[in-house]
Amino acid sequence: MQVSIMITCIADMMYPQAGKDTVELLERFGCVIDFPTDQTCCGQPAFNSGYLKRAKEAIKQTIQVFETSPYVVSPSGSCVAMVKQYPDIFRHDQVWYERAKQMADKTYELTQFLVYVLNVTDVQSTFSGTITYHPSCHMTRILGEKEAPLQLLHNIKGATLIETERQEDCCGFGGMFAIKNSALSTEMVTEKTTHIEEAGVHYVVGCDVACLMNIEGKLTRDGKRIEVRHIAELLNTVGA
Amino acid sequence: MSIRIGERSYDERIDISLQNRYMREAVPAAQEKLTAGKRRAEVELGNWEEWRHLAEQIRAHTIEHLDYYLEQLSDHILSRGGKVHFASTAEEATTYIAEVVERATANSEERKVVKSKSMVTEEIGLNDVLENQGVDVVETDLGEWIIQLDGDSPSHIVAPALHKEREGVRETFSKERDYDGSNDPEALTQFAREQLRKEFLSAQVGITGCNFAVSESGAITLVTNEGNGRLVTSLPDVHIAVMGMERIVPTWEELDVLVSMLTRAAVGQKLSTYVTAVKGPRNEGELDGAKEFHLVIVDNGRSNMLGTKFQSALHCIRCAACINVCPVYRHIGGHAYGSMYPGPIGAVITPLLDGYEHHHELPYASSLCAACTEACPVNIPLHELLIEHRRVIVEEKGIAPNMEKVMMRGFAAWASHPAAYKLSSKVSRAISSPWVKEEQIERGPGPLKGWTTSRNLRAPAKESFRSWFKKRAD
Repeated sequence: MQVSIMITCIADMMYPQAGKDTVELLERFGCVIDFPTDQTCCGQPAFNSGYLKRAKEAIKQTIQVFETSPYVVSPSGSCVAMVKQYPDIFRHDQVWYERAKQMADKTYELTQFLVYVLNVTDVQSTFSGTITYHPSCHMTRILGEKEAPLQLLHNIKGATLIETERQEDCCGFGGMFAIKNSALSTEMVTEKTTHIEEAGVHYVVGCDVACLMNIEGKLTRDGKRIEVRHIAELLNTVGA
Repeated sequence: MSIRIGERSYDERIDISLQNRYMREAVPAAQEKLTAGKRRAEVELGNWEEWRHLAEQIRAHTIEHLDYYLEQLSDHILSRGGKVHFASTAEEATTYIAEVVERATANSEERKVVKSKSMVTEEIGLNDVLENQGVDVVETDLGEWIIQLDGDSPSHIVAPALHKEREGVRETFSKERDYDGSNDPEALTQFAREQLRKEFLSAQVGITGCNFAVSESGAITLVTNEGNGRLVTSLPDVHIAVMGMERIVPTWEELDVLVSMLTRAAVGQKLSTYVTAVKGPRNEGELDGAKEFHLVIVDNGRSNMLGTKFQSALHCIRCAACINVCPVYRHIGGHAYGSMYPGPIGAVITPLLDGYEHHHELPYASSLCAACTEACPVNIPLHELLIEHRRVIVEEKGIAPNMEKVMMRGFAAWASHPAAYKLSSKVSRAISSPWVKEEQIERGPGPLKGWTTSRNLRAPAKESFRSWFKKRAD
């Protein structure tokens, strides 16, 4: 099965490991991976800030880049949720609407692709440690995916999955929000990391590196020895 | 008081709220209690998503045909001897009400109005207008009364005194009304009850809001738990009901659905203790009810939402479910929003009702986590409306900060030119290196400052994904 990786800008530059594990994991299940090198950013920073026209420039670039791909898979729930909104963004532009819809229909977040397209819920991975899953907001509420990551995580051998208090709460990232309203964002991430610490876990796992970057930033600043991991990293750990 | 609370700037309001230690315990505790109740009620009712969908359809249909239903409502009320006044602005509404109150209280020594809880009367600043003409205005909802005694303003649309704890209430009662009992909620409530009973009996005018008007029979309905709504509508000779123009349903069948969604979503109740319906003044041969009935239908900016992307904001049934799940509200409470309408729905409707000038920060007081959208019992896409506000601010009003405009122009150029993007991917590590220590940025420059005040930022990776992939393929 031919699959194009949409790496997303933050994973590309800040968390390449998430991408590497995504590639290797998909290859284990028979996918042939390509990486269209002209991909940039999904447009979300501009779109969420109200710069619709600016966002459209990035979105058109993204649509063009993946036009010939049969499947697009991305290690980010938030960016995939953005792609799913493309058709609505072009609802008044028939040509781009069609192209946007094609893109949206074939784009999957990594765990969705594994569970719903490849029909895999046990990737035969082993990971020792106590982990908690952070159900990031755009993944769960905008993309609407709550189950796939949990099914995969439950089948990892050696890992103990613990729920934290108020785990559905936003970590306070919110893109520009973390900068524009940094005091509010700080309160939110503080509550988040407090609950994570109280749960006594070693790792925080998620499907969005941006949220993980925020949580990690607070944990590191406070000198906590809890690490963040993109879910692909755990799913690609074999025989460790 | 009107829709705007206080004169402080957004930043000042946030600072003050974050430092209010008492409020910061009270608000999360209340949020947790209210949302737990809602969740229980959802499960108990079953098929919550289907009910939401039905409620959304009812609201969408009604607002789509608002002119028809308002006319039907008005005709029914007029035919039974009630008066109907359409007010296009807050001032028109308060002027009309002030005139009615003036006439009704002219011959009384002690001119008094009793009110049951109503957000729209707060929105139009009614109490100040009446007080300025020498009328004693008494709020009779317990939470509203506490706040009125305190000279405070509501911080939540369902539980207006949510930011206060019981010791604070005891202090207020003792200071303002010589209360000498304990801070036990029952004792406090009993005291309020005794105090308020005298007010009901001596008032000439009762003013209420309206949760939903039923257009097919020209009734206004009130959803209350304290019974004060009944006393306000039945004891004084004159009853004035004030409603936002969108607060209407076609028939009792739709009322049934929406009231049961409202009470469940607001506090997890199957039904409120009272649902009061009033169909106009007392008719000949009837034993109770006001002799005179006025319905004031308030536009005050609402019709500007019709036909725009914001129309669905008029679907709101004021349950506050969005407020109760909002992580931003959780930390700053209601007053920080600077509006009678706080939280996600407040951030959506306040700029529409009162303009962007004083409220342009509100659409950004959200991480776009969409918890509000998920909680809304009538499916209003609240987080999308916040983005739409941002778009209006940027693309129509042109009042976005210059720095941001420059950044976003840069963003679009970067994201639409692969060469530019690739270059940045290659040099991001080198460019950030002056601030990097052991793979961490602890004190970032420029816009990163806000982030690194409280958090580290990991440094860009030594090798980007794209260069790894390229090497691997070669």
